[in-house]
Amino acid sequence: MKVRVLVRLKPGILDVQGAAVKRALVGLGFTELTDLRVGKVIEVELDAATHERARERVGEMCRQLLANPILEDYTLEMVDDLAPRGAVR
Amino acid sequence: MRFGVVVFPGTWSDCDFHYVISEVLHQPVRYVWHRDRNLADLDCVILPGGFSYGDYLRAGAVAGKSPVVEALQDFIAKGGHVLGSCNGFQILCEARLLPGALMRNECLQYRCQPTHLVVENVETAFTRGLRLGQVLTMPISHGEGKYHADPEPLRALKEKNQIVFRYAEADGRVTRAANPNGSLENIAGIVNPAGNVLGLMPHPERAAEAAMGGTDGLLLFQSLLGSLVEDGSFLKR
Repeated sequence: MKVRVLVRLKPGILDVQGAAVKRALVGLGFTELTDLRVGKVIEVELDAATHERARERVGEMCRQLLANPILEDYTLEMVDDLAPRGAVR
Repeated sequence: MRFGVVVFPGTWSDCDFHYVISEVLHQPVRYVWHRDRNLADLDCVILPGGFSYGDYLRAGAVAGKSPVVEALQDFIAKGGHVLGSCNGFQILCEARLLPGALMRNECLQYRCQPTHLVVENVETAFTRGLRLGQVLTMPISHGEGKYHADPEPLRALKEKNQIVFRYAEADGRVTRAANPNGSLENIAGIVNPAGNVLGLMPHPERAAEAAMGGTDGLLLFQSLLGSLVEDGSFLKR
């Protein structure tokens, strides 16, 4: 089972990295850009009997290590596993 | 007094701390490997600067869950002293042994420069030999040293007098310009409520000999040695 974890800085926490990337894009002419924040994607593969169990375990991983609750929020999504391994998605 | 200097894969200030403790302060010191849980023979454990586990995920995150850091909980509860500098401070925060978190410098630059620190708490074992308002000069060397805490933990830090050092001007004034990394309220170093765990971003071990440009870092060690002589634990060894 594969779970994709999205970790991002909480709203209200200044994202200096996002601000720098935004400035660079505006410099490239993307003047319609209004906001940009940088986060992290972590893909976790694990053995779990059900989606619920997988979410529960990965949620625990986030609480213990993958995210720092002082600075970051996280969301989990199940990765659709219908495509064969190695297929380009 | 026996010191332990913790070594993680990627630690870089371990030899500097070891040198200062053994050659400048003439105290017994040994290295502690990150998988080691045995700290019973030590009075003070140092978490040095560097890039433990490559700073993967977040600075100090993986080290914060390592066996030696787990063993620190018990060591601290028994009254042992812990000094975390730079990456060591990040590790103490990630392990929740100190409140708050350290994040990317607001300027986005890696900052390696001397800083002035105004002393705001002289009731810790590490600062008892200092004067309130005294200004120390120590270098910083980090890319992720911006201290952050939510309003509630910040209030608790102030109430319990846990803020030990703030970045300041040479005359001790705490100004925006003196803040090298965007830290909340210029916070450079804090202690736990019991006062035996100190975390700071500056490097005391890099300000320990006149040839290095200053000796203010030694004052922390001398305070600690003095405290232990005074309370008698030094003599029990």
